[in-house]
Amino acid sequence: MQAQSKIDFSHFSADTLQVVISGTWKIGGKLPAPGEVFRRLTSDPRIKNIIINGSGLQGWDTTFLTFISTINKECQSRNIGLEMRELPRGVERLLHLASAASEQTEARQQRVRKPFLYMVGDSAVHFGTSTVEMLSFIGGVALTFLKFLQGKASFRRIDLLLLIEECGAQSLPIITLISVLVGLILAFVGAVQLKLFGAQIYVANLVAIAMAREMGALMTGIIMAGRTGAAFAAQLGTMQVNEEIDALTTLGISPMEFLVLPRLLALVLMVPLLCLYADFLGILGGAIVGVGMLDITLVQYLAQTQESLDLTNISLGIFKGTIFAIIVAMSGCMRGLQSGRSASAVGEAATSAVVTAIVGIIVTDGIVAVLCDVLQI
Amino acid sequence: MNRQDEKTSNTPHIIVSDLTMAYGDFVIQRDLNFTINRNDVFIVMGGSGCGKTTLLRHLIGLKRPVKGKVFYEDISFWEVDSGERSRIMRKSGILYQGGALWSSMTLAENVALPLDEYTDLSRGDIKEIVSLKLAMVGLAGYEEFYPAELSGGMQKRAGLARAMALDPEILFFDEPSAGLDPISAKRLDDLILELRDSLGTTVVVVTHELPSIFAIGNNSIFLDTETRTIIGQGEPHMLLAQTDALRVKEFLTRGETASAGSRAG
Ligand SMILES: Nc1ncnc2c1ncn2[C@@H]1O[C@H](COP(=O)(O)OP(=O)(O)O)[C@@H](O)[C@H]1O
Ligand SMILES: [Mg+2]
Repeated sequence: MQAQSKIDFSHFSADTLQVVISGTWKIGGKLPAPGEVFRRLTSDPRIKNIIINGSGLQGWDTTFLTFISTINKECQSRNIGLEMRELPRGVERLLHLASAASEQTEARQQRVRKPFLYMVGDSAVHFGTSTVEMLSFIGGVALTFLKFLQGKASFRRIDLLLLIEECGAQSLPIITLISVLVGLILAFVGAVQLKLFGAQIYVANLVAIAMAREMGALMTGIIMAGRTGAAFAAQLGTMQVNEEIDALTTLGISPMEFLVLPRLLALVLMVPLLCLYADFLGILGGAIVGVGMLDITLVQYLAQTQESLDLTNISLGIFKGTIFAIIVAMSGCMRGLQSGRSASAVGEAATSAVVTAIVGIIVTDGIVAVLCDVLQI
Repeated sequence: MNRQDEKTSNTPHIIVSDLTMAYGDFVIQRDLNFTINRNDVFIVMGGSGCGKTTLLRHLIGLKRPVKGKVFYEDISFWEVDSGERSRIMRKSGILYQGGALWSSMTLAENVALPLDEYTDLSRGDIKEIVSLKLAMVGLAGYEEFYPAELSGGMQKRAGLARAMALDPEILFFDEPSAGLDPISAKRLDDLILELRDSLGTTVVVVTHELPSIFAIGNNSIFLDTETRTIIGQGEPHMLLAQTDALRVKEFLTRGETASAGSRAG
């Protein structure tokens, strides 16, 4: 059983308060708050000195030091003398150590609340600089790509191959699952409506055109944003933390060429193929519904699909997929390279890579839809 | 060898004039003035957090000074274009505080990359050089290891092998012996001196290992946290003997002078 920790007050003289500490002061125990002492000081303004007497102290750890140093600070601000008596020697030595290195006041970063207008202005300026950063990144990538076309960009071919494997072959399972399901869902939605007119066979048209024009590219883009874009940001962010990017820069190797370019190429090469694959599997998903529920034969379904699709639809999807690939690669790499030097900064980089990519994909998709309408594609 | 004969010591290699470094509004160090001569083993010392790494980043082109200039011989490093800067940097090797090995590559690939990039050596030759450099830092046989498979001290040494890959004219070390056992630290010191003597390399070392400072340094600066500038410079033994600055004395004697003083008083 540990002795109950407590504080007793006694008046040493009219202007001196004696604080007698007793019991065990350890973390986890029920400890008196320094507030008790302050209340005494407030209620009796004559007190000009405090004596802390630790004769009854039976055990202590740094919670006791915290207690003493809180009182010490308060006494300094109230101009009250503090004297310590019969404290264990260790307490005094540790307190001495804690006060040995003077506090770097300027180093304490000021985290005061800013006024509202200040914050508005701040975020406006921030928006401006981040737009400039984004544009200069896009420009940088374009220049690097030109250099690549001239055969002058330096990166390791093996990196490109590994990345192609990572974002190509290894994405197949998730793309398979999602595309089949999207095909199924489209077919279900269509089937309910088309049945009303006895036009079930047109489910095949609906699924084929929706997958080829829109859903194949869109779903692939979004999956790649979550899967690969986030991975790129995390990889480059971690390299930033480990000074690996500095090591490249000081060696005169451009991170754009060495890191961004292979990632961009891998995605631009793989995403169109994944798009085609997604189209195909979506149609397969539609066929499952068509054959299983709507009494259409597989041959009928596929013939109808073939009739409804033309090259324009498919190539439009692939074109969009390529654009989405560029968006995903750029936002992943950009956020990764902009990452700060801490674990949480890398996490933020990954999150913001995904957000940037998805926003970019959806906005682009909208623009392309409008353009297609205007151009009657 | 020849290099050493052409340009004997006491010709300035890097001159820093009136350099002020800051992150945003937070000034780290101000009005730094010093000269690193060819063939020097130049020590940058100071308490942790005083801005040693930051100073290094200004010398190697990673952070632009708020004020002041850095000269490599007679070229003002921060006033030429980035292409010229990277040409200057190509003649230098850098050992980062954390090693900064490229984590997706094996040690051999790490050391080979600078050679691949800037020489026309054949694969076989590069392999030989890589093995030699790794052996020089005591990592023979670790060619196919990935950085994550090594201890911190070993990563540091591999980083050194990479920094030495192109036989640079100037080597920067950020706390090279932190995390090394005393024997490896001693071997590293010997290696640094050997590189200086036989290849004529200029060496800039950020460190607070006292044995190293006294064993290898022939010039030094002390960055002070409180006044935010240099409060002592010179050959470490001389500096200790002649300085009036209490904090430099304390640092160079592991605080012995200060505690002796306080004990007496
Ligand atoms: N990216 C940064 N942003 C803001 N302050 C930084 C940053 N990096 C370092 N600092 C500050 O600069 C000071 C010097 O850091 P550094 O040069 O790493 O010290 P050291 O001498 O230990 O190498 C520290 O006070 C640190 O808080
Ligand atoms: Mg440092």
